[in-house]
Amino acid sequence: MTAIVARVIVTPKPAVNDPQGITVRQGLATLGFGEVTDVRVGKYIEVRLDVRNEKEARERVEAMCRQLLANHVIEDYSFDVDTDGRSSK
Amino acid sequence: MVVFPGTWSDRDCGWVIDQVLGAELRYLWHKDADLKGCDCVILPGGFAYGDYLRTGAIARFAPVMEKVIEFADQGGLVWGICNGFQILCEADLLPGALIRNSSLEFRCEWTHLVVERADLPFTSGCEEREVLRIPISHGEGSYFADPATLSRLEQNGQVVFRYSDVEGRVRPNANPNGSLHSIAGIVNERGNVLGMMPHPERCAEPELGGTDGLKLFRSVMHSAVEVLTV
Amino acid sequence: MSLKQIDERRLREVALTPDEYRVIVQALKRPPNDVELGMLGVLWSEHCSYKTSKELLRKLPSTGPAVLQGPGENAGAVSIGGGWAAVFKIESHNHPSAIEPYQGAATGVGGILRDVIAMGARPIALLDSLRFGPLPASRRHFEGVVAGIGGYGNCIGVPTVAGEGYFEDCYANNPLVNAMCVGLVRADQLMRARAEGAGNRLLLVGADTGRDGIHGASFASLELDEDSASRRPAVQVGNPFLEKCLLEACMDLTRTDAVVAIQDLGAAGLTSSVAECAGRVAGAGARIDVLRVPRRERSMSPYDVMLSESQERMLVVVRRGREREVQRIFEEWDLTSAVIGEVTDDGAVTVMEGEDEVARLPVKLLTEGAPLRRLTGVPPEPAPILVIDSLPPPADLGATLLQLLASPNLCSRMPVIRRYDHMVGDSTVIEPGGDAAMLRVKGTRVGLAVTTACNSRYCELDPNLGAQLAVAEAARNIIATGAQPLAVTDCLNFANPDRPEVYWQMEETVAGLAQACRALEIPIVSGNVSLYNESSGGAGIYPTPVVGMVGQIDDYAERLHAGFRHECDFVLLIGSSHNDLGGTEYLKVVHGKVAGRPPALDLVRERAVSRLILTAAHAGLLRSAHDCSDGGMLVALAEACLLAGFGMRGPALEPEPPLRLDAAFFGESPSRFIVSAPSRAMPELQSLARRHHVEIALLGLAGGDVLELEGQLRVPLSDLRQAWEGGLA
Repeated sequence: MTAIVARVIVTPKPAVNDPQGITVRQGLATLGFGEVTDVRVGKYIEVRLDVRNEKEARERVEAMCRQLLANHVIEDYSFDVDTDGRSSK
Repeated sequence: MVVFPGTWSDRDCGWVIDQVLGAELRYLWHKDADLKGCDCVILPGGFAYGDYLRTGAIARFAPVMEKVIEFADQGGLVWGICNGFQILCEADLLPGALIRNSSLEFRCEWTHLVVERADLPFTSGCEEREVLRIPISHGEGSYFADPATLSRLEQNGQVVFRYSDVEGRVRPNANPNGSLHSIAGIVNERGNVLGMMPHPERCAEPELGGTDGLKLFRSVMHSAVEVLTV
Repeated sequence: MSLKQIDERRLREVALTPDEYRVIVQALKRPPNDVELGMLGVLWSEHCSYKTSKELLRKLPSTGPAVLQGPGENAGAVSIGGGWAAVFKIESHNHPSAIEPYQGAATGVGGILRDVIAMGARPIALLDSLRFGPLPASRRHFEGVVAGIGGYGNCIGVPTVAGEGYFEDCYANNPLVNAMCVGLVRADQLMRARAEGAGNRLLLVGADTGRDGIHGASFASLELDEDSASRRPAVQVGNPFLEKCLLEACMDLTRTDAVVAIQDLGAAGLTSSVAECAGRVAGAGARIDVLRVPRRERSMSPYDVMLSESQERMLVVVRRGREREVQRIFEEWDLTSAVIGEVTDDGAVTVMEGEDEVARLPVKLLTEGAPLRRLTGVPPEPAPILVIDSLPPPADLGATLLQLLASPNLCSRMPVIRRYDHMVGDSTVIEPGGDAAMLRVKGTRVGLAVTTACNSRYCELDPNLGAQLAVAEAARNIIATGAQPLAVTDCLNFANPDRPEVYWQMEETVAGLAQACRALEIPIVSGNVSLYNESSGGAGIYPTPVVGMVGQIDDYAERLHAGFRHECDFVLLIGSSHNDLGGTEYLKVVHGKVAGRPPALDLVRERAVSRLILTAAHAGLLRSAHDCSDGGMLVALAEACLLAGFGMRGPALEPEPPLRLDAAFFGESPSRFIVSAPSRAMPELQSLARRHHVEIALLGLAGGDVLELEGQLRVPLSDLRQAWEGGLA
């Protein structure tokens, strides 16, 4: 078994309204960050798992994203997988 | 009374101050750059700036907050209720933070609070160990601070309200949101900045189910008058 | 113009039939261009045109002495005394909630709030009538919808105070989310969304326009590739924070007399709001320039802009020359506003893209041109007959009671209620959990009671009677608080009306609503119809005519709660019980049957009982009153105990033949209340009941920690509570 860490990023789909992003952009503008043209707020999720290999990790995380981590109606996701430095001794 | 875009308890607190107590009320807009001579600044509940990113995170940088921080530093009375408490924490006027309820759900219900400090301008009308019945209404009201901060708060007697049962016993099942040490409200070291999650403005008239909240508003009003006459 | 020249796929995309296309070509004397076709498609959709239901809806009574505004506006309005008007409406958001429960429900709340705001009223209460498939299978829908309603309502600071939740198989793929909003406005400041005065400016306010929800209605049925799906998201994301700012800014508009009208942008976005606003004034039209519409995305076509359903937008008609004054109010709230056009007197909606005219359509063709669909209803197979004598009597009354209290359709709603802020506004004088909730009108003694009701199982068994029972139950909910029913808003949810038996259900439902509302003198001032609530190949929903009702009490100090108030008070059953076991929760839960005829309703008796309760309440004879309906008398009794926190003790109840024991306890005869009264009030109460020709029976004395009928039933309150509070777990 290999300890793997998957780093999942969930973001609102490009054309979906993102009220959080809009409000954060306005907040940044108030603070003087006038150069900001757009803000999109998503989620970062770290998943640790024990699997046979990286290929399996990818398949499993893909399934997790589809079933739970992202709402496919309004969100996109992407992830990378890496050997988990913390749990490999 | 400070109003941010997204604040909604301003009208309820205002009603209590103005209509129930007959005290003088002024609204401060988030863009205002002075406090219009107020004796006590209230940061009421709501979802300032939608509570986007983090509760209170964007409100903390509103122009009016600079003046509120100055006012607090000079010893002025500042009272944050619910969202106001969250903003005071983001602005570092109070230690710690308010995180998501342990139930992961919004909670609007009556709670009991035991008063641990009755010597403050906000609580002078209460008895020490008195149990108040005041409702909460929040999704992110679980008080969190690191162990060092928590023990400092306890040593200094900065915990003003704790969630309790009807008899004033602090029990895990009387804690509605998973707050550490069952903390419902704290004060700064100097004793002039109070933050609390429960909503006293919702129980200031008998037809709304109780009048315990009025005790706090009365205390603040009397203290403000005393400060003026000293 | 032959039909061949139009792509059939294109017609399907805009949800128009070939016949409707022919009508359009005939009226215009030319084929419509692409933008025009899209605009007509959305406005002629069932959702906007009511082409299937319009004829039927004309039969509903909509006038009365208190009515200030009936159907046809953003919301209805009634006078409640003291110079105040209550503004309210209910609307469905079923299809969006089926696709994305959280956002679907949230934007449903956002939409109904804007309808009330557009009338110039400040929203003071939200209600939600929800239906799902059975738990646990439908938990995703249930949790998402509840969270979405809370997410929007809690954030914007309008209390969610009442509603209903039912769980039935027929809603498994077709959950129903009906949101109702009640607002307050000074009667003389009531706004109407009429585009008066050629030359007046059209101001678009609020969110920037994106490609949200274009063809939301027809979207789900189309084969779309991945790419088009991501370009045109059918699901809209609500922004309650923006709406809160919009709400406050609209309230500030009362500071100026520069505003002629406010109109919400809902389904069909800019197209319908402009057309509807103009359509309410004879001869009026509008001219707008899509280039002036603030956008969230790049390279949007006029088609996209006209059909976008982006949330949190309002159209404001401003007197010419006073635009800046109004725009400054919105700027205070950091809201974007833009003058996008003006009112005209040419009776047409003209859409420009800069210098180019991209669409020009007669207002009447848009708003009233859709050919009405005249369908024929055919009664379905009669509902299964219930042979009442074949039902075995309940072996153990206490166990049956616990079983019913734990049923998801009857159990405590507290796990849902506490997720909604139901107190913000400092006006909630009767909290949710009893019959109707009550809001006080600050600065007066007036209380407003609000409720929704509909037992759709009754409607499935007999749509006409079921609709009458829904009106009667809503009225009883209001009366149980001591308030007088004033008016109704209805949300009529049905399956596919193209099936003759569904259309028959619609006909019967409307007839039943009309009959009950006439008999009880409660007009219907606003409403909404939601059709096609069925999944492909599957069964449709039960007919579900949700009745939202508002009532008024002059002094809320006289209000009544559902739970008992004092130990040792007398507990009484008002009204008479019959062998009404058809369609009951008891029959379903205990005997596994949905059968028989729903409980019989006598509207004359209903009125007599109502008058008795209101007279007694007003005279101060009652301490509490609770409607006796779903689950029957014993469930109502248990609820009154549970809400009180103490029990009741009385003698065994021996029903007089032919009334059966199970019907006496669990039958759902309407026109009944459980009340409590102090002993000194008893003589007067009894003589009052005689004068009203209403039965009154003593059940026992409130108090103690058990619910007991001697020798018949004895259940500790703690057991009742455990069953009742665990039903949704």
